Order: sequence, then C-alpha cells, then structure tokens
Amino acid sequence: MIANFGLAALWFAAALAILQMVAAGLSIRRDNPVLAGLVRPAAIVQGLLAAAAFGALIALFWRTDLSVKLVAMNSHSAKPLLYKIAGTWGNHEGSMLLWVTIMGLAGAFVALVERRLTERAMLATLGAQAFVSIGFYAFLLVASNPFERLNPAPPEGLGLNPLLQDPGLAFHPPTLYFGYVGLSIAFSFAVGALITREVSPLFARTMRPWVLGAWIFLTLGITAGSYWAYYELGWGGWWFWDPVENASLMPWLAATALLHSVSVLASRNALRAWTVMLGVVAFSMSMIGTFLVRSGILTSVHAFAVDPTRGTFILVLLAIYIGGALLLFALRAATVTEGQRFTVTSREGALVCNNVMLTATLGIVLIGTLYPLLAEAMGNKVSVGPPYFNPMSAMFVLPMLVVMGVGPLLRWRRDKLVRIGRRLIAPAFFSAGGMIFMLVKGASALPALGMMVAAGLLVASLMPLSGRRLRMVTLPLWGMVLAHFGVAVALFGMAADSAFTKERLIAARIGQTTDVGPWKVELQTIMPVAGPNWTALEGALAATYQGDHTVILRTQSRSFWAPFQQTNESALHTRWNGQLYVVLGDQVEGGRWQLRLWWKPFVTLIWLGGVLIALGGLLALTGRVASDLRRLVAVNMIAYRRKRQGR
Amino acid sequence: MSDTSVPLVKTSGLTLWLPLALFSGFVALVLVGLLRPASREVQSAMIGKPLPAFSLKPAIPDIPGLAHTNFVGGKPRLLNIFASWCVPCAAEAPQLEALRRSGIEIDGVAIRDTQADLRLFFARNGNPYSRIGADNVSAVQFAIGSSGVPESFIVDGRGIIRYQHIGDIRPEQVEIILARLKEAEH
Repeated sequence: MIANFGLAALWFAAALAILQMVAAGLSIRRDNPVLAGLVRPAAIVQGLLAAAAFGALIALFWRTDLSVKLVAMNSHSAKPLLYKIAGTWGNHEGSMLLWVTIMGLAGAFVALVERRLTERAMLATLGAQAFVSIGFYAFLLVASNPFERLNPAPPEGLGLNPLLQDPGLAFHPPTLYFGYVGLSIAFSFAVGALITREVSPLFARTMRPWVLGAWIFLTLGITAGSYWAYYELGWGGWWFWDPVENASLMPWLAATALLHSVSVLASRNALRAWTVMLGVVAFSMSMIGTFLVRSGILTSVHAFAVDPTRGTFILVLLAIYIGGALLLFALRAATVTEGQRFTVTSREGALVCNNVMLTATLGIVLIGTLYPLLAEAMGNKVSVGPPYFNPMSAMFVLPMLVVMGVGPLLRWRRDKLVRIGRRLIAPAFFSAGGMIFMLVKGASALPALGMMVAAGLLVASLMPLSGRRLRMVTLPLWGMVLAHFGVAVALFGMAADSAFTKERLIAARIGQTTDVGPWKVELQTIMPVAGPNWTALEGALAATYQGDHTVILRTQSRSFWAPFQQTNESALHTRWNGQLYVVLGDQVEGGRWQLRLWWKPFVTLIWLGGVLIALGGLLALTGRVASDLRRLVAVNMIAYRRKRQGR
Repeated sequence: MSDTSVPLVKTSGLTLWLPLALFSGFVALVLVGLLRPASREVQSAMIGKPLPAFSLKPAIPDIPGLAHTNFVGGKPRLLNIFASWCVPCAAEAPQLEALRRSGIEIDGVAIRDTQADLRLFFARNGNPYSRIGADNVSAVQFAIGSSGVPESFIVDGRGIIRYQHIGDIRPEQVEIILARLKEAEH
C-alpha cells in the first residue's frame, strides 16, 4: 500500500516536471501568461510529491516491509531503528530518490521565494531545473525503481553493510546530497541566464545565497565524511584520495571558485562569462562524481551499485545535460560582454588568482581520478595515490592560500601592494616562525611549507578586521574572516598531523606495555561483548600521558552476522593537542593480538577547521538573506505609502 | 584608461568551445571503459614472471622443505600460502584435499608457524601438501606478491607464475582452480 503510494507519487512528480519544462519553454518563446502561471505551482507540487515518495520509502524501511525488494536487500528486522531509517539512503535506489527529492524541493523553494530576477529569467531557470529533474526521474523509474516488489516476500532481509551502521552515516550522505544537488540550482540559474542573455550583477546576487547554501552543506558533508573514514575504517588517515572523496572534493572546489567569482560579478559586474561557466561546471562535477562512483567504472569502497546498465544511463544523462549546457555556453558566451576592467593588484585580481588556482586544483584532482581509466583504455593498470595528489595539489593550493591572506586587504579595481605592506609584517613574521620551527623539528618539505602558510594565515585571515569598529563589521565580512581562519586552522592540523604522527603496529600480549609518542599504552584485557546485531572481542587499553593521567580505551573487532562482515572499531582519546588512536586487529600466533597505535598531534584541528569554514558560510548567508529581506520590506513599504498617498 | 584587463575567457574564438571539447573527450574515455568489461580482480604484478629464487627449510621434519627448483618438473603445481593460526585456512582445507584427490600436487608455505601447531592443524584438517617450507619472516610470501593468508598461486611446469587466488578457495571455486591448472599445462 505504502509502496504503491510512493511509486504513484514519483510518477506524478515526473509528469509535473515535464509540464513545468514545457510550460516554461513555451512561455519563454512567446509570452503566454496562462502557461507561465503554471510553472511556479508545478515546481512546488513536484517538489512536495518527490518528498512524499521519499517519505513513503522511509516508512517502508521503518516497518521493515520485506515485500519491497529494496528493503529486503538492504535491511534486517534486528537492526536498530536509527539504522533502519538511515538504510533508506544507504543504497543506490534510495540515494537516487533522495537526490531527486532534494532537487525537487530546491526547485520548489526557488519557485516559492525567489522574486528578484525578471520573470523571463525565472521561467528559464525553473524550466532548466525541471529538464534536469526529468532525466533523474526517468533514471529512477526505468532503471532503479526503489519500490519494486518481491512476491513472495522473504522471511528476513539481508541486512545493511556494517561499515554503514554508524551514527555518522545517518547524516553524512544527506548533508553531502544537499550540497551536490543544491548546486543544481546554480546550474539552472546559469543555463537560464544563457538562454535569456541576462548575465548581470542582479543575476549574481540572486544566485549567491543558493550557491552559499549548497557550499555550506558540501563543506559540512566532506568534513563529516573525512572524520567518519578516519574513525570507522580504522586506517588512521583522514583523506585517502579515494574516487568518492574526490567526487565530493571536485564540486566543492568548483563551488568555492563560483562563490568568489559570483561576488566579483555581484559587486563589480566583472567576470561574467566565467561565473556562468563555473555555475555549469559545479553541478557538472556533482553529476560526474556520482556517475564515476555509481557506474562502477572506478573501483572504490563506496561503489555500492556497480552496474554497467545504470552507468550507461547516467552517462547519457551527463552527455545531454553537461554537453547541452556547454554547447549553449559556447554559442552564447560570445554575446556576454566582458564587464568592468581591473588591474592585477586589486581585490578582483586576487579573486581571479584564487579562481585560476582552484580550477587548476580541480583539474589535477580530475586527472588523477580519471588517469587509471585512461591507462586501462591503453592497456595498463595503474592506481594513482597520495604521491601524485599531495604535491600536485599543494603546488596550487599553497600559493593560492598566500593570495587568500593578502587579497581581502586589497581594494577593488586597483590598488598598490605598498599601501598594505605594513599590515603584512605580522603574518610574515609568524610564517617565518612556523617555517623555522618545522625545520628545527626536521619535518619534510610539504608539511613545513604547509605550516609556514598556516602560521601566516592564522594572523592574516584576521587582518581585514583590524582598524574597523567591530560592531560595524557586517555579517558577510565576519563570515569571510571566519571561513578563511578555518582554512588556516585546518591547514595547521594537516601539517602537524603529517609531520609529527607517531605510529606503532605491534603484536601485544596481555599485560604488555608499548610507547607511542608521549603515551605508554598497556593492553589490559580482551573480553567478548555482544551488541544488537554483532558480537565482538573488546580490548581494554590503559593509556598514560607523559607519566600521569591514565585513561581507559576500548577498541573492538566486531563480527556482524547479517550480512557477515568483520569491522574494527577504533577507540580515540582526544586531548587539546591531539588524539590517541588505537585499533584492535586479529589474534596472531602465540596468544598475541595485533594492535595499531597512533599519536596524532593536532589532528582534530582539521575537522574543526572544516566546521569553522562552514560556520563562516552560514554567517555570510545569514547576512545576505537578512539584508535582502530588509530591502524587500523597504521596497514594499515605499510601494504601500505611494499607494496610500495616491488615494 | 591605463588598466590592464584580465580577460579570463576571451569572448570570441575557439576558447569557448574548449570546455565542450574536453567534456567530449571525457565521454569518449568513459565509453571505452564502460564497453570493455573491466576485471575486478587484483592482478599480481608477478603473473607471467618466474618464481623468485628461494629455498625454505622443512616446516615439519617428516615432510620435505620447498625451493623454487621444485617447480620445474614439467607439470603445473599449486603453491598455497597458509598458517595453522589462520581460520580461513582451516575452512579451505577440504577444498585443497579435493584438489589433491584429483591429482594436483600442492606445496605449502607455512607463515610464522611452529611444528606443534602444524601437527595439531593437520590432525584436525588433514594434510594435502607434498612439501612444506617454513617462512618465519614472510620473506618468500612478500617476494611472490602475497599479502595475506591464505593465498594460492598456480605455477606452471617451467616455474612461471600463472594465476593468483587471494583468500580461501571456496567449494564453488575448485572448478575454476582446476580449469586454470589445465590452462597452465600449455
């Protein structure tokens, strides 16, 4: 019953998307108030129907309705409720349904609140949004129907991948999806602007909060995903350059570039074609990333739906949407005039530099992700890892961050470095200090450079506030400062972690004590424990920091039985200056146990930095929305007064 | 105006077509990847190469040890990396026994093991091995590109590694191993 309802809602949503696209398309070509009036309501109802279908799927997972194939394949009646619900999007079909739901709701939200653009541009935008949605509805209904039934229903489900049974997973994918799919709005705005040839500061101001919103979710999603991989996979690393991680990083890089170029367009009416281009690229990267992961064309731990048919389907969608948008860009961008001019040493100049560097980094990540595919097409098998990604991306990111320290101090249009020279003394001093410290400690080149830039940035990022009355500083400026400061904090954590991490891999007897960094760790006991759908061997370790202050850590080697899989649950102890990370492995000969121990100085700053960046985005978004609302109220007040006076 | 402008995208010319061209390249590349059925197996870099030279002492006195020179007898052999302390190795034992009964010669490399443990293991699971070499520091194991236990290698009659099987051999995989052994005869 619920399944039928969900499927029906999905079909109606798809039909409304078609109506929305056709009505928008026709009324752009020839003014037609009746058809144009249909577009916004269609967008709103379409979003609600998609949400209803998604709600139906959640209900099916909640009740563990095993007559639905998807539930039977991915859930189990003995699973905790949180993971039953999270299981809704822990699989291919459910996550694609989440994708169209977010896309529909985002479109509905735009249709509901956005009144700044001209009606024609709005129609083009909503039409483009519907056009993209239709493809994904078709993909769901034809190639990955989440509501497919099983007759007879099996007595029990197969269960959810145990790695995914973690509170982090309940929120990490939806957060990332809000980011990925939120960028579809930027894509639709860009396509709409190309269709109507209306690329203006107004267009940029309209697009900015949507980009900012998607970017905040992406930032949080990537940060959470990195922390999840860090503690759940038990490998002790926080970034693996895995194709899926790259798939989330690439849209983020494009969105970050877009966020900065949109500011130039909004306040200076420059970088017009470039901003439109980035709007197309950002969401294209979301789709390409999803495709690379879902088609199984790249092997990855995340590839939970390896299926060439689906891969081909998504590829066709990609070719239509991205290819179409780029074709439109090539045809129309020549008619977009260049906009205002500026010198190299200016705020715009610094932002252009940021954009070029971010785009270059994006290129490097994309090439590294695709290279194994290219090599395989030529008959070689290779994998590309940190030895390529780390130095290559640092080559562009570190100089970019130096510019990030200086850029906000420059004036718009034209400026001289001499003017701000004195304000750069303190950051330069800290940079030198950071470098010297790392060289004395004998760190290798990359972490040393990272620490140098981080130390300077920690100060430089706060500089835009100096000489201002703090009460007068606008929210978007606070947001920028906080986000840039977050970048410095995260970079500090990365440099400290990669330079000073201590690792031990031992086969320990019970009662044996080992050193790792400033810690002494004793393996005290190994005890069996049981959870709701797993049993485990739990190792208790007593860790002592520099001779005093002992803590007990419990790490487990878990065996899940539906489906059968072993996972290692790491145990962490966080101090202000770092984390102790322990993982229990297998039993080895002679009654000893494999133990992996890490002392990771300041590693938590990486994720703290990520959260600060997202918070910065949130402040900026709040500021922008608040000032838009104030402007709206003022305009309405004036109109109201005029009306009364006229009477 | 003396301003030097920074045109990021020239508003005319072929540059505007560049993104589309790059994207077409991507689609072409991916199509090649999609149409060719990709193998998901981990390919050992050692496949097609001769066994590295090694000579291991017997792991138990009554069964001979193992050296690379044992593999040039003209018939393909199965080289099994195992340990008495490894649970999947015990699960794999019936399949090895089945392979032995169909006439396959199986040689073992025992990883970080003791005589007493091995005797207990064979008493429980049977002993399919013609020869067993003791590899207490995993030197041979790493040299032939194995990273865990159990793993099995098919070595042809000239000492060339032809196939690597990672993990335990399941009952349904015995046929595959037999077919691969047959292939290795040529």
